[in-house]
Amino acid sequence: MFLTYLRRELFGRRKQTAIIAAGMALAIGLVIIVNAFSQGVQSAQSKVLESVYGVGTDMTVTLTPVAPTAPSGPQSFGFDRNSGTNVSGTQKVSQSRLTGGIGGGQFMPTSDLATVEQTTGVKGAAGTLALQNITFSGQIPQAFQVPLPASGAGGGPSVQKMQPRTKLNRGGTNGNGGSSFNVDRFSVLGVDLSKTAVGPLSAITVSNGVGLTSTDTGTYKAVLDSNYATSAKLSTGGSINIGGQDFSIVGLVTPSTSDSSSASDAYISLDVAQKLSGNADKLSTIYVQANSNKDIANVKASLASVLTADTVKTQSDLASSVSGSLASASSLVSGLGYWLSIAVLIAAFLIAILFTISGVSRRTREFGTLKAIGWKNRRIMAQVLGESFIQSMLGGLIGIGIGLVGIFAINRDNLTLQGSASAGSLFSGFGRRAVAGGANANGFPSPVGDPATLPQGAFGGSGRRSVETVQTITMHLPVALNVILLAVALSIVGGLLAGAFGGWRASRLSPAAALRSVN
Amino acid sequence: MYELSNVSKTYKQRNRLVEALQSVDLQIADGQMVAIQGPTGGGKSTLLQLLGALDRPSSGTITLGDVDISSLPDSKLVEIRSHKIGFVFQTFNLIPTLNALENVEIALQGEKISSSARIERAEAALASVGLSDRTRHLPSELSGGQQQRVAIARALVKNPEILLADEPTGNLDEQTRDDIMDLLEGLWREKGLTLVVVTHDSAIAKRAQRRLVIQAGKIREAS
Repeated sequence: MFLTYLRRELFGRRKQTAIIAAGMALAIGLVIIVNAFSQGVQSAQSKVLESVYGVGTDMTVTLTPVAPTAPSGPQSFGFDRNSGTNVSGTQKVSQSRLTGGIGGGQFMPTSDLATVEQTTGVKGAAGTLALQNITFSGQIPQAFQVPLPASGAGGGPSVQKMQPRTKLNRGGTNGNGGSSFNVDRFSVLGVDLSKTAVGPLSAITVSNGVGLTSTDTGTYKAVLDSNYATSAKLSTGGSINIGGQDFSIVGLVTPSTSDSSSASDAYISLDVAQKLSGNADKLSTIYVQANSNKDIANVKASLASVLTADTVKTQSDLASSVSGSLASASSLVSGLGYWLSIAVLIAAFLIAILFTISGVSRRTREFGTLKAIGWKNRRIMAQVLGESFIQSMLGGLIGIGIGLVGIFAINRDNLTLQGSASAGSLFSGFGRRAVAGGANANGFPSPVGDPATLPQGAFGGSGRRSVETVQTITMHLPVALNVILLAVALSIVGGLLAGAFGGWRASRLSPAAALRSVN
Repeated sequence: MYELSNVSKTYKQRNRLVEALQSVDLQIADGQMVAIQGPTGGGKSTLLQLLGALDRPSSGTITLGDVDISSLPDSKLVEIRSHKIGFVFQTFNLIPTLNALENVEIALQGEKISSSARIERAEAALASVGLSDRTRHLPSELSGGQQQRVAIARALVKNPEILLADEPTGNLDEQTRDDIMDLLEGLWREKGLTLVVVTHDSAIAKRAQRRLVIQAGKIREAS
């Protein structure tokens, strides 16, 4: 009889049922879509981060940058002006350098890696050394080479110091004595080849040739990012000069998570990178994997307490480094979407409550009659609660349908977002592109193009080097069981809330007063 | 047997007190048919609600059998309404979304009986008021007289000892009025009910064994 009465009331009062169900459906549908969108954005962010930090990396440890205590003066290129061949008064030069942080002093000691590995809750850790290879090639007029004291980290004779122009011979109209050179650079990542489960090696897959393995430790073998290899016209089987040393290109790699560039242009063995760059026992980043997600906060706190000179960042900290339309979508979801969902949900709950109470008011005489013929308060309460529950559940089911259709529609449209993440490490200021220079009429090298467009710190001084990858991510909104369960739970809560208010009101009615009602 | 002793009922209506009943003393014997007459607002319905354990007096006592129903908690009053008293209202008060059978069945909702037994009793009650062929009709598909018969079946399906009818023919034409009163009177005689009918209609009142008049909250025997 309870179910019969319930069914008849819901069918008999279709308008009220439809309004409550529609309100609830809208709210639940929105909650599902926003939730799925949020998860989709998080997933996209993870993909962007994974390409830089590696799959499964929970934290990164980097040295906290400190300002130099004394002015170091202009940065030196550190090339040997006397190397190369002298042709008709012009010195032809071609040199490569593998350079690290400012003065070589902004890296962590490898002992930090041991500290990390000994920390409770750490499942694995891998250290890397991020470097820049700079190739200086071209010709320099003899007259340009004024003997100067050695300067810069490279030591030995140097050509970088620009002297007053009056001391220099200018290039002739026939071209003799003029200078022309290229400065080419690319990023090099020294990786511990025995650690493939965490860190950058976990984020790349070999697309051509072979990858580096632990047996390649200490050898002059390199794998290149396939995009870089294409642009630099390099291929497997060839060689590449890194830090003045020829490396065999054994393979090409792509990020395992997307089709964009990987974290570095070239990957070589860590110990070789340390040796060639003069940064023995130094690391730029330690990638850390915790035993479980629950351990991340504790591990972060433990590492921060023992590695006081370093900065420890978790994935959620790193998420803030994601930029582009992906970041806009993320802030949209976490801002507008989140609050809109809550607002619509509250509105739906209020609509359900108000309509239920209004329904009870319209049925005052009905409830008075039921009380007169012996219905107990709890039975009347159950009746109202049951009706409200079914109305909300109906709305919830429709809402789940709306949510699923919305998710399907968004996934079908292959919505794409662009995101980039920067993994910071200190480098002397070179970005990731070749800079060509030529002598002007006064014989001074000048960068091609507008200097304002050059990367920060492109010449001289120091800047924060960013390993930045721009990725186009196709959004995929997942249909998660927990979101569906959340929707069902919200429907139940909405129904029970509205039913509780309405039922309480109905049960509080005095039968005599209810029967006097004119409804 | 009802025994009302010095019963008063006061309502608060728009910041003023309304004395619906004033020091009413009354006895109604078991099996008696009583008609209560009086002008609108005189206190007839209030008295019926007190007799039906729907409300409590502001002062005085009401005993039903040997139970003082004026001081019982709500849960006990519900028990009394559920088992001892049946109500018939002027506007029938049927649930519009339920058919005739379900409207009768609903009165048995608290009874610990099977669904089939409940349906059987409801069908029997409808048969006793002559509506065997209207069990699946909604109230909106029934005439006023038929709706009142359903209401009477609903009141009697629990086999109450007392039947309280508030203007049971107030919304019916003369012929239907007589039919309904014939039905009530027949059931009263057949089941030995205590029947209290509130009415404006002197023709109906004259059919009762005993006629009472309430005016301005005070009750007296009709002459």
